[in-house]
Amino acid sequence: MNQKTKAISLTCAVMMAAFMWNTQSHAAEVGEKEMPLMLAEVSSVNTFNVNLKKPKSRNLPPAEDGIHDPENEATHSLQHPLDAYKGLPPSDFGNYVDWVKAIDEGKIRPRWDRADPNSEPFVMDLDIVRPVKASVPDVVFPHRQHTEWLLCSNCHPAVFVPQRLANQISMSAILLGQKCGLCHGKVSFPVETKTCRKCHSKPKPADWEPPLSEATLKNPWK
Amino acid sequence: MSSKIKRNVLKSMIIGVLAYMGTLGVPQTAQAEYADVVINNYADAAGMRPAVFPHWFHRIRFRCKVCHADLGFAFKAGGNKITMAKIIDGKFCGACHNGEISWSVENCAMCHSGVPGQPTHFHGSTVQRLIAPAYKPLQVKDTTK
Ligand code: HEC
Ligand code: HEC
Ligand code: HEC
Ligand code: HEC
Ligand code: HEC
Ligand code: HEC
Repeated sequence: MNQKTKAISLTCAVMMAAFMWNTQSHAAEVGEKEMPLMLAEVSSVNTFNVNLKKPKSRNLPPAEDGIHDPENEATHSLQHPLDAYKGLPPSDFGNYVDWVKAIDEGKIRPRWDRADPNSEPFVMDLDIVRPVKASVPDVVFPHRQHTEWLLCSNCHPAVFVPQRLANQISMSAILLGQKCGLCHGKVSFPVETKTCRKCHSKPKPADWEPPLSEATLKNPWK
Repeated sequence: MSSKIKRNVLKSMIIGVLAYMGTLGVPQTAQAEYADVVINNYADAAGMRPAVFPHWFHRIRFRCKVCHADLGFAFKAGGNKITMAKIIDGKFCGACHNGEISWSVENCAMCHSGVPGQPTHFHGSTVQRLIAPAYKPLQVKDTTK
């Protein structure tokens, strides 16, 4: 079983167990009078935002983050992210640090070479605009911010052919972890409502209208 | 209380506890730092806790290029088949955790700090947060050409 189906089946198991637990405990309360189960309840199925898993707090110390083992003594020697982030420009997502600004403002100076602290990256300032058919703003891919962190060979040619508009990119691919999603949604800033406009940053002309679908154009009752 | 109900309550309790224990292995319940990687291809089987690699900690000190180009880490959690033999030969983590650039390899528990039994995974990945699989785009005719 792969990890995803396992996760789904486990979630189902939990929900079923919780459901059974609920009905069973009611059965236990009313059981003595042998009453039928007819309790009107607000359905717990019709929730708001099934995906609302707000983290109770952000940037937890390793011992409380759920993946580090607090039984391991060395876990308590690991750094608290908030100690490391002191003085870094904040953001609203991911690590809640604006990593691009942190470099631009000189707040961090990550090495470009493992051993040589004076080695500098070869930064290339070239924006690639990708027009988007949908109503969201067009995408601007900035080489500058990327070449601060990465080598050309991290992207070219394996992930992107180095030619404007030669690559087919879609949100579907990105959300599946391909193309821009190879890094965004994993290490670089995540793909969520708060970040759409970081990529979709070039506004459409004021008179822009989304193209009508063929079904609408052909509709005889129009 | 009738014994049937008691049995049922017990049954659902057991299922509930089992299901709860099951969720402990599911990464979604954790609140770890974005981009933390748990690596557990072999560690558990050898009686070690899984290794945890914190991206946030390392990217303050090194650009992505150092690891993902110079040191040859592929962009795939668990995909590099890291072993201790490779590490003591100076590959992967061993290129730095050698007592020169960073503390050396005998600090086993600094890296092997994960909750036992966790699968290899990437924490906070967008793919894991989707409720349903991502959509498949339609093959729309390109009218711009
Ligand atoms: C490019 C060099 C480099 C590589 C490669 C590297 N590290 Fe590190 N790591 C460092 C440095 C530098 C530190 C900080 C050390 C210090 O304070 O002496 C560190 C610290 C750590 C820490 C401690 C974090 C804390 O909270 O104090 C952990 C855990 C760690 N590394 C795990 C790993 C693992 C696991 C790998 C391999 C998958 C790895 N590192 C690969 C350079 C590296
Ligand atoms: C993060 C990934 C990434 C990195 C790193 C990167 N590029 Fe690109 N590059 C792209 C993308 C995306 C495009 C646009 C492709 C498209 O529109 O289909 C592009 C396009 C190009 C183009 C075509 C421009 C045009 O007008 O046709 C050139 C040339 C190029 N890159 C050179 C480089 C060089 C040189 C480097 C290193 C200094 C580099 N790239 C680093 C992602 C990257
Ligand atoms: C190989 C990894 C990689 C790929 C692929 C990649 N990015 Fe990035 N991107 C980064 C990193 C690293 C940063 C630095 C900021 C961060 O980590 O959040 C960044 C930053 C950016 C920024 C700048 C944000 C700012 O605050 O200035 C934009 C915009 C962006 N990426 C868009 C894209 C788009 C669009 C694509 C696909 C065409 C893409 N990226 C593909 C790694 C990548
Ligand atoms: C990492 C950069 C990035 C982020 C973040 C991002 N997009 Fe996109 N988006 C793209 C790229 C690249 C394309 C493809 C553009 C093209 O056709 O060349 C695209 C295309 C689209 C399209 C057109 C349909 C399609 O699938 O191609 C829509 C709609 C869209 N994005 C919506 C969103 C929304 C909503 C969000 C926020 C949840 C978002 N995008 C976040 C990069 C991004
Ligand atoms: C710099 C981080 C780091 C340190 C320090 C470290 N390990 Fe590992 N170790 C790893 C990583 C990463 C893996 C790969 C985990 C996996 O895929 O299961 C690994 C794998 C292992 C494995 C299973 C694979 C194999 O090689 O047989 C064992 C056993 C192990 N480590 C023992 C140790 C012991 C004992 C020490 C202390 C002497 C130690 N490790 C120190 C990072 C480290
Ligand atoms: C100190 C070394 C180091 C640095 C610096 C580093 N990474 Fe990683 N990266 C790793 C390791 C280790 C893994 C896990 C590989 C494995 O499990 O075999 C990884 C995995 C990844 C993955 C794979 C995610 C997946 O789909 O499984 C991506 C994407 C990634 N890193 C992007 C980045 C980006 C972007 C940066 C720069 C902001 C960066 N990394 C900086 C060491 C590093």
